[in-house]
Amino acid sequence: MKLIYEKSQPGRRASHLPRHEGLPPAPEIPAELCRAEPPRLPEVPEFELVRHFTELSTRNFGVDTGFYPLGSCTMKYNPRINERLAALPGFAALHPLQEEEGAQGALELMWRLQEILAEVTGLDAVSLQPAAGSQGELTGLMLVRAYFAAKGEDEQRRKVVIPDTAHGTNPASVTMGGYELTPVRTDARGNIDVEDLRGKVDEHTAALMLTNPSTLGLFDENIEEITRIFHSAGALMYYDGANLNAVCGISRPGDMGFDIVHINLHKTFSQPHGGGGPGGGPIAVRKTLEPFLPVPAVIRRDDGSFGLDFDRPQTIGKVRGFTGPFGVFVRSYAYIRMWGPRLREMSEAAVLNANYVLARLKDAYDLPFDRLCMHEFVLSARTLKREHGCTALDVAKRLMDYGFHPPTIYFPLIVPEALMVEPTETETKETLDAFCDAMLAIAREAAEEPELLKEAPHHRPVGRLDEVRAAKRPVVKYGFEDHPQPDAEPSAVGAEAPKGA
Amino acid sequence: MTHPFLALTDSDYEEMLATVGVDSVEELFRDIPQGVRLQRELELERALSEQEVFAHLAELAARNVPAGREFSFLGAGIYDHYVPAVVDAVLQRGELLTAYTPYQPEMSQGVLQAIFEYQTAICELTGMDVSNASGYDGTTVAADACYVAKHATGRSTIVLTEATNPQVRQVVKTYATGFGLDVVEVPHRHGTTDPEELARAAENAAGVIFQQPNFFGCLEPAPELAAAASGAGALAIVHADPLSLGVLEAPGRYGAAMVIGEGQAAGNFPSYGGPHYGFLAAREEFIRRMPGRIVGETVDAAGERGYVLTLQTREQHIRREKATSNITTNQTLLALGGLVYLTWLGPQGLRELGETCLSLSAYAKQRLAERAGLEVLFSDRTTFKEFAVRVGRNAREVVAAARERGVHPGYALGRDYEGMDDVLLVAVTERRTPEEIDRLADVLAEVAA
Repeated sequence: MKLIYEKSQPGRRASHLPRHEGLPPAPEIPAELCRAEPPRLPEVPEFELVRHFTELSTRNFGVDTGFYPLGSCTMKYNPRINERLAALPGFAALHPLQEEEGAQGALELMWRLQEILAEVTGLDAVSLQPAAGSQGELTGLMLVRAYFAAKGEDEQRRKVVIPDTAHGTNPASVTMGGYELTPVRTDARGNIDVEDLRGKVDEHTAALMLTNPSTLGLFDENIEEITRIFHSAGALMYYDGANLNAVCGISRPGDMGFDIVHINLHKTFSQPHGGGGPGGGPIAVRKTLEPFLPVPAVIRRDDGSFGLDFDRPQTIGKVRGFTGPFGVFVRSYAYIRMWGPRLREMSEAAVLNANYVLARLKDAYDLPFDRLCMHEFVLSARTLKREHGCTALDVAKRLMDYGFHPPTIYFPLIVPEALMVEPTETETKETLDAFCDAMLAIAREAAEEPELLKEAPHHRPVGRLDEVRAAKRPVVKYGFEDHPQPDAEPSAVGAEAPKGA
Repeated sequence: MTHPFLALTDSDYEEMLATVGVDSVEELFRDIPQGVRLQRELELERALSEQEVFAHLAELAARNVPAGREFSFLGAGIYDHYVPAVVDAVLQRGELLTAYTPYQPEMSQGVLQAIFEYQTAICELTGMDVSNASGYDGTTVAADACYVAKHATGRSTIVLTEATNPQVRQVVKTYATGFGLDVVEVPHRHGTTDPEELARAAENAAGVIFQQPNFFGCLEPAPELAAAASGAGALAIVHADPLSLGVLEAPGRYGAAMVIGEGQAAGNFPSYGGPHYGFLAAREEFIRRMPGRIVGETVDAAGERGYVLTLQTREQHIRREKATSNITTNQTLLALGGLVYLTWLGPQGLRELGETCLSLSAYAKQRLAERAGLEVLFSDRTTFKEFAVRVGRNAREVVAAARERGVHPGYALGRDYEGMDDVLLVAVTERRTPEEIDRLADVLAEVAA
């Protein structure tokens, strides 16, 4: 398929801007500041533009297209009412610097969402400012630092404990936050190894960063003991909310002992993933941490009006412009209002769906931890690899031929040839059965006709792509007349296992 | 009881629980200790139907005053530019809207190619060699750029101009502590920055960030500022208005090492502050230090051209604590909106847009002087689409009084700058008409001192 630049013809144009007669001449821009060469943006009429992006969309697979069981991503249905609401002019056309009297609806929505998230997490104060889960993590670590600095313990507490199952963002956030990583092992039941932990938590520890249930899809049975260990060492507990879909209305992170929580609005609370974003990563904290939250705080005054409070002398500052990604709040707020206390049923269905798929698949694939799972589970293709040379990657690519998006592969790192499956609650039993049937068929194909896996996918717009070449000779933009031509002969495909969740 | 977002029927429950081998849904949660179980219902208002949710949120929306319900000259980083209908049409395609990050390229050629086209557009606008697939917004990409500068130079000071957006500066300072960076600010001199002053401040700096046009709408002596930065061995980081780049020179042509900015003006609604996208582009030499996703071109085994995420070893899912950033979810859909907008606009349209902003804001300055007797603050500076004007009394009171007359006259700068309590920042985009500008002048004639 051509790039939009390859469809461009000089003199074509989609825009038509209003002109005004009789205006004074525009001021001269000093010559050294003037644009010398126009940017080579596409020149296409509106209908070619629409065709181009429509064609691109047909080469893409979304939750709207089919089953998308990526672990810890919570690829649930994105309700269409949310799109209509976010587009209301009273929201979409509202300037973030509008006077408070002109933004009462927006401020009230944000305040109400804060109250809801405090209740769902079992904590006291919320900031909606962080733009994504990762940013929520980093903001949380800034709060940890500010908290200990206020007690004169910041220099002494430089370590953050992270389990070996942690999502890559956790250690990356630790580095960006200026902390050191202390890893802790997972035991044979899939819980944090408490004995390994004990020796690693002391007066030099600032915090734990944990997802619960973990990326193994397992609830940590020792969470109460873990809380005791950290709190008695004077350290804080940070909850990565990526897996909150498992426990809404069932167990709240604040009640588990966590002091700071980030929530992923694009996971649990239905903000569409948009091909990589936007998201929302609001944080909820215990009262003791409230003074350090980013500014401005969204407040309700005694007279019932809503406003922005900048007078927070102990704030860590600002992590993002304005009050955060408001359009995301509109969608998540509307979504939560359509559930109310029935959010519990959402989580129950997510957990039932996952256990059902696990039950149907665990004999055909390797099961690293023999427990009931929460909203997701991890299986392994290690036997398929050992006996038939078919890897988790091969299974993933073959699933595409059956019309499914693959699950997460090669994560968490402690499970070799990992397949991490999160169905979510927005799937019928028939879809789950079709996925299971496909996974079972693929396990059989691995034994009988492994080339079907190794050469998959067969029915997508492209086959496996040469990622080694893409990294060795990066071509990261269209070069117009200088754009490199693909080689005449096909090159050997050295596909790097795509990782990540 | 059914729910629109659930499918489980009674017989589904029966069959599925039997397959799992438990008697009840409650049993699925047996690993959760009783001590951490919520023993009551969540205290949330009852579930609303779609029509009730619509009514509730429509009522909230009606209590806001967006542009459209008053003539708005509010800018200060977020702008009321016209977003064409094609942007909505593309972003509402479910295959794009509801897709995940394109880690499985065979399932995601649509998003991957779109990002590649977006990266190309950003490089064309800015004169840089590589762009990432977006950052969170115009403030956080400044923090990202500081992180690159720190690691690229080994130095630990960042220089910011005071004429750079106050929120950008605030976010940089918030991030600086964890990065181990000091931040130094260079004051503005009558609306712009003095290159010699900048050069002195930039000694031993890792990076220098300046904005073009700056927060006051003034054109900085950008080539000299970039030279001052690089002369001191610091990275010149230009925070640019994307819609100025049809009439203003690409920063890559005057020595920028990196170009960053807020993408909102190009294709996103203001939406009370977000979601939007930050753009970040750099010279080739910094490609391996870039934060965020980058899409590259390659081929499959049959020689078919395709697109993949590339240089992923920079990223958190592979490098973990050694990653160039922790960023995962970014702003892809909004950046896609930017691509659609820039494609719609085209190079001619971008130039015309810039010229229209220039001539409408020149008209506004003239009318405010003639009709309302108001003094433009930095009258000998060239401005792009925004300018600062003295209103003779507290600017916030002027805003309140003007809004009673159906006009939002602009941003009161006193919140962010000493001695500017009587100064308004007036933004004039292509959506404003001469009649609206005349109305602004009439209203200010009434309410300013």
